[in-house]
Amino acid sequence: MPSRFTVTTAILLALAATGARADTIRIGVNEPLTGPFAASGTYVVNGAKIAADEINARGGVLGKTIELIVEDNKSNPTEAAAVAEKLITSDKTPVLMGAWGSSLTLAVMPKLIDYGVPMLVETSSSGKITTSGNPFVFRISPPSALEAETFAPMVAKLGMKKADFLVLNNDFGRGAAADFGKMLKDKGVQVGLTETMDQGAQDMSAQLSKLKASDSDTIMITSAVDQLVLLFKQMAALGLKKRVITTGGSQNPDQIIAQAGSAADGTLHLTTFLPWLPEKTPDPKATERFIAEWKKRGFAFAGVTESFRGYDGIRAIAHAIEKAGSAEPAAITKAFWSVDFTGLNGPIRFAKAGPAGKESGQSKPDVYLIEIKDGRVVVPTL
Amino acid sequence: MPSRAREGEPEPIHDNPGPPMDQLIQHLVNTLILGGTYALLGIGLTLIFGIMNVVNFTHGALYTVGAYLMYLAVAALGLNFFLALPVAILGGLVFGAAIERLLLRPFRGADIDTTMLVMIGAGIALQSATLWIFGGVAKAIPSPFPEAPLQIGPVSVSWLRLFVLGAALGLIALTYALINGTKLGLAMRAAFQDADTAALMGVNVRLIDTATFALGSSLAAAAGALLGPVYVVFPQMGGLAELKAFAIVILGGLGNVTGAAIGGFILALAEELGAGYISSGYRDAMGFLIIIAVLLVKPTGLFAKAERIG
Repeated sequence: MPSRFTVTTAILLALAATGARADTIRIGVNEPLTGPFAASGTYVVNGAKIAADEINARGGVLGKTIELIVEDNKSNPTEAAAVAEKLITSDKTPVLMGAWGSSLTLAVMPKLIDYGVPMLVETSSSGKITTSGNPFVFRISPPSALEAETFAPMVAKLGMKKADFLVLNNDFGRGAAADFGKMLKDKGVQVGLTETMDQGAQDMSAQLSKLKASDSDTIMITSAVDQLVLLFKQMAALGLKKRVITTGGSQNPDQIIAQAGSAADGTLHLTTFLPWLPEKTPDPKATERFIAEWKKRGFAFAGVTESFRGYDGIRAIAHAIEKAGSAEPAAITKAFWSVDFTGLNGPIRFAKAGPAGKESGQSKPDVYLIEIKDGRVVVPTL
Repeated sequence: MPSRAREGEPEPIHDNPGPPMDQLIQHLVNTLILGGTYALLGIGLTLIFGIMNVVNFTHGALYTVGAYLMYLAVAALGLNFFLALPVAILGGLVFGAAIERLLLRPFRGADIDTTMLVMIGAGIALQSATLWIFGGVAKAIPSPFPEAPLQIGPVSVSWLRLFVLGAALGLIALTYALINGTKLGLAMRAAFQDADTAALMGVNVRLIDTATFALGSSLAAAAGALLGPVYVVFPQMGGLAELKAFAIVILGGLGNVTGAAIGGFILALAEELGAGYISSGYRDAMGFLIIIAVLLVKPTGLFAKAERIG
């Protein structure tokens, strides 16, 4: 009776499959694993996996293990939206984390409203994300306005007189130029040129030649780490020696030091994590534990400035599910508002942002200014 | 207080707001450097199209392969930079020959659309293979040149980029000599004009196809190996390079080697001046605007000779 045998096996397998599903809570992770942002997205995912393993080792959430469903959005907004749709409708994930870049996150946001599924935004910094009236968005990274606000007291100490901008030609870059430009003008600093570049562009000599000829003392740069490496090398090649300050929190100083070498010396970076000085982070023990686990898994230390966000993001989601008491999208969305714990870069609790009645959640992390000096990361004394 | 301009060395003159002329000269120098590699990319592609009538959509992937071979040779095997370069170029040659033998030979005589689809597939496979082997994170290739640029008056050029320009011009000259001064080149040109007659005259046309594809591929790999150390190496780096190579080939006239060389420099000039004086946001669009203009005025490309009939 071979046919009965196969039928029985099929039923058993099906039962086993649903059984497994009932014991896990799925979290959709929508990150760039290929394309220009591949390095950063991969780091975030690796950080997320550490958080999931840690939580599961402690017995999971609501007595169930967490399962990360990781999908590649290819650094492309169209793909990011498609991936979100797939995670929600086909994988039935009740909550998402993503999507790294601002343009990627903005492309996903309408899907959240369509399906009523919340998303924790771990990296994006465009102001639009929390001001467009999407009640399913909860962000732990600082929007550029908040970053600019934290940087404001340092402007006078640095002696800035006139600044030019070189930013990515997308929501992330143009948003940063607008927010930082406004803050600088308020502080009496002149704002000169605003040059843009494509996210995949490799040769920025033309833009840099123009910036070299301007009379500003500082260049504010907003881009991801791979492009920053190219920029610093090309600045050295052009003999462009102005003060450089990068924003956005995706600069990954160790990768810059490794790949750009002395060309990066003297550059300043606004970052949201201090893995080089764990004792100065809000939760030193957690920072050390995370870094130790990261190294144990054989990942490059350079990645922790990205990966901690994936780690904190999953931890925040786990807190929300715990508080919700169920893995239902609506319950999780509501529970996000009562999340309150100390992340690796400050308290994670969400304040209301955006138009009344449909506010998004915005957490307020710490922002630090660091300097690359003689191939090392230091905190400049201002 | 940190300031890049204040660390030790005397303040260079160009830190003062330079007159617009200085900026223009810098843009022109940038053009020259960029144009050399664009020309290299364009020549490889136009050769293959001209002689074999194959639209080579693996060109960008071969550019990536060249860069990764360079990375393997320098960073992983610890080979000398100047030794690694010919290794990468030879690697491109072997890759190209293999692609021709395995994928194009069986489709000999098939129409241009068929081989185009085969090439698109091969390009995707190659790109995915590099992603699979090396991962998506960009790699840097260390170069033996000093980081401090060469300073001539208000203009700075990096030594590495100067070397890249020199090597690119050298390779272009070699390709010229090969096509115009050797028996193989004569056979290639004969096959280009009329493959059937060339075959009747005793030219091994199949061998010429393999040689042409291998040569074109090695030029793409050379461009990748030269630019890898200037930029960073990642699996998708060939995409934009391929797009630009096609632009250059269309600009110079399909199958026209001289046209592709000049086209490379025109594209670089358009990008530099476009980004410098119009808007940096449209830098990559400038080249394509020029192509649209050229196609409107001279649809066969700027330097295409009249088509030979019979």
